[in-house]
Amino acid sequence: MISLYPSREFRYPVIAECINPEIFQNKTCEEIATLEIWEGNKQKKLGELFKIVKENMTETSCITIHGNVSKVRRIGAEMKTGEITVYGDVGMHLGEEMKGGKITVHGNASAWAGSMMKNGIIEIHGNASDYLGAPYRGSQKGMRGGKIIVHGNVGNDAGAYMHDGIIKVYGCAKQFTGLRMHGGTIHVQKDCEGRTGACMKNGKIIVCGFLESVLPTFSIEGMKEKVKIEETEVAEGPFYLFLGDLTENGNGKLYVSKMKNSHLSHYEKLL
Amino acid sequence: MELLIRNGFVYDPLNGINGEKMDIAIKDGKIVESVNERKARKIDASSMIVMPGGVDIHTHIAGAEVNSGRLLRPEDHVKDFECKTTVTRSGVGYSIPSTFTTGYRYARMGYTTIMNPSMPPLEAKHTHEELSDTPMVDKASYPLLGDWWFVLEYLREGNIEECARHVAWIMNSTKGYAIKIVNPGGLEAWGFGHNVRSLDDQVPYFCVTPREIIRGLCKVNKLLNLPHTVHVHTNNLGKPGNYLTALETMRSVEDLAIDNKPAIHITHCQFSAFKGDDWRTVDSGAEAIANYVNAHSHVTLDMGQVIFTNTTTMTADGPFQYTLYELSGNKWVNHDVETETSSGIVPFHYRRKSYVHAIQWSIGLELALLIKDSWKIFMTTDHPNGGPFTSYPKIIAWLISRKAREATLRRINPRARSKSLLTSIDRELSFYEIAIMTRAGQAKALGLKNKGHLGIGADADVAIYDVNPKKTDASRKYKSVRRAFKRAAYTIKDGKIVVKNDEVLKHVEGATIWLNVQSSEHVKITDDMKRRFREYWTVEYENYPVAENYLKISNPITVKASV
Repeated sequence: MISLYPSREFRYPVIAECINPEIFQNKTCEEIATLEIWEGNKQKKLGELFKIVKENMTETSCITIHGNVSKVRRIGAEMKTGEITVYGDVGMHLGEEMKGGKITVHGNASAWAGSMMKNGIIEIHGNASDYLGAPYRGSQKGMRGGKIIVHGNVGNDAGAYMHDGIIKVYGCAKQFTGLRMHGGTIHVQKDCEGRTGACMKNGKIIVCGFLESVLPTFSIEGMKEKVKIEETEVAEGPFYLFLGDLTENGNGKLYVSKMKNSHLSHYEKLL
Repeated sequence: MELLIRNGFVYDPLNGINGEKMDIAIKDGKIVESVNERKARKIDASSMIVMPGGVDIHTHIAGAEVNSGRLLRPEDHVKDFECKTTVTRSGVGYSIPSTFTTGYRYARMGYTTIMNPSMPPLEAKHTHEELSDTPMVDKASYPLLGDWWFVLEYLREGNIEECARHVAWIMNSTKGYAIKIVNPGGLEAWGFGHNVRSLDDQVPYFCVTPREIIRGLCKVNKLLNLPHTVHVHTNNLGKPGNYLTALETMRSVEDLAIDNKPAIHITHCQFSAFKGDDWRTVDSGAEAIANYVNAHSHVTLDMGQVIFTNTTTMTADGPFQYTLYELSGNKWVNHDVETETSSGIVPFHYRRKSYVHAIQWSIGLELALLIKDSWKIFMTTDHPNGGPFTSYPKIIAWLISRKAREATLRRINPRARSKSLLTSIDRELSFYEIAIMTRAGQAKALGLKNKGHLGIGADADVAIYDVNPKKTDASRKYKSVRRAFKRAAYTIKDGKIVVKNDEVLKHVEGATIWLNVQSSEHVKITDDMKRRFREYWTVEYENYPVAENYLKISNPITVKASV
């Protein structure tokens, strides 16, 4: 296991895609310290910004970061195997285009966590910011697989352009959850702010808490007692099932808890 | 500075030189008979190909439209970027690179002259600003005149001479080079939510037909003695069955040609060569077009080859771009440029496994191979519509080697493969023909006297490629040919070595070429015209023209008009 300790508080953004178990593998601490990294507009060595300690010799594909790295971006980008654990807040683009392995954050994650990920698991014990699992600006290739678990709240545009995979949020979500979604599952256990599933074409969004309003371009399809989330997990309802988004001729499914949303009961007349 | 390129295999089709081993002498930015051998810097080009600098007749590299494309596609930039060096500036963009990067990438492929084919006159200042920021190459721009209100009105009245004076005024005030016609009449109709379907449909309000617009501007072109012909993007572009429209367009100006000289250039012809009734039955119309072009001498074409990649389509053809948006469901831009033209942008991914895209790929190559005379068809991708210009080496490999074509054929949609004519075409172009299609023919069609050849007095724009035509069997070793054309061994611009082994050594500015058309009588700038500028344009008449000092390096070509 390799531990990284930030040697100081970073003032400028640090771009550190080299913090990746595959790149660290079979390297000595000295070799790791020479890996290149950008701080602001200056190119530096990893060893200049982090103290690197090799702790457990048997576990070589594990990286642990202790401390606040909320300015450090692209940690674990394109990683395929191994594990990264962060004790502290983490910066933007965590696990971008990740293809496998696991990232655990005991803190908050900044925007674009799990952006364009294809496989693997990201677990965030704090909150996640905007664009969770969303693609790069302008791109339409969102999350293609894998799993993101957030124990806190998430920001806007979570799961935008998602094609496959699962996002589980134990807290609340802000606006535009599942924007232009094409597939996959988003499960929000608490409240959603609104515009959930805007322009979605396919896929599944489950809101177990309060949802202020359903977009007018969704039509009610029926009631469901429970919804399957994963192989082993089922959300207990009852739920209203909406289909949409009709502006895109979409066939996405939006499940909204009946218990928490008495203001949506007028939809029942349409059934 | 004096320069001597020694012992290269020279391909200079305009002077009839086909792979002869000879020296090229350069002095003060021009090709000369000889230089002082002791003083001159020498380049050993033995076992290399020496060609004139590449000329690109049709490539969208600058202007409001291209810039909107850049804004629309941040994801196109993130995947392709270049860091700055001590010589070059940094830049981003795969299908729509930033201006500096565009210049460097062209130079690294041995291109030295490029033509930006669509400039709405209203956006001329913007276009020239971007062209001034495109280094390493000489460039020019064609103003879009096929749907310009004044032109349509003059043509309705049948007043060709006054129309010619007006076009001369526009050419001078926008610093343009040739008359570009895009979907004649269709763009004006698009302002009313319609399109024109054939050459004889009437344009709403103006009561002229596309045929009258093409013929009218063709006559204007001749009255003004412009060096290039009219540059036409046909009606019904990108629709199944449109090869008939393309043929009809060529036929419509048959009688206007004199002395077997070209009278019309049909641009990105691949997009106008679809047979069939709908997208399911779409097929190649290349054979019919090639037969026509083989039998007539008044037409030149460029390929508009499709490359299997993720690119950005952008044309002034607003209705076509809207159709493309409906087909692809991608993000899109559509714009009405006041009284002049329209435009649209849609990102597009050409896929090998798509039947239609594979047929399109085949059509482009069929056109190039079935048209016997290489002076009539030029190599383009209609950058970035068919693919980025950086794919030119791939097209060269496909043209030069049947094996290269077969390698790609094996990987495309099977139904498209069984329909493709390429399986029955054995022709493999020679380096001489490649030199015609990529430089000499284009320079000739554009009427650029000092470009595209290595005769005495020509501009010293030279490209040297590291491939030995005597030892390399291009047909079998197409990969090494592709590599050589992708990374020029040397590019020489105005007598200076600017690229060596794919590396930019020197940042040089290229000139903006434009036509100074001198008519015996100036167009009447009436108060009515100024009033209309005030009422219908966002820019007043007085602020409209682009002054010459607006261009970083101005290279006007004076043309004496017959009116």
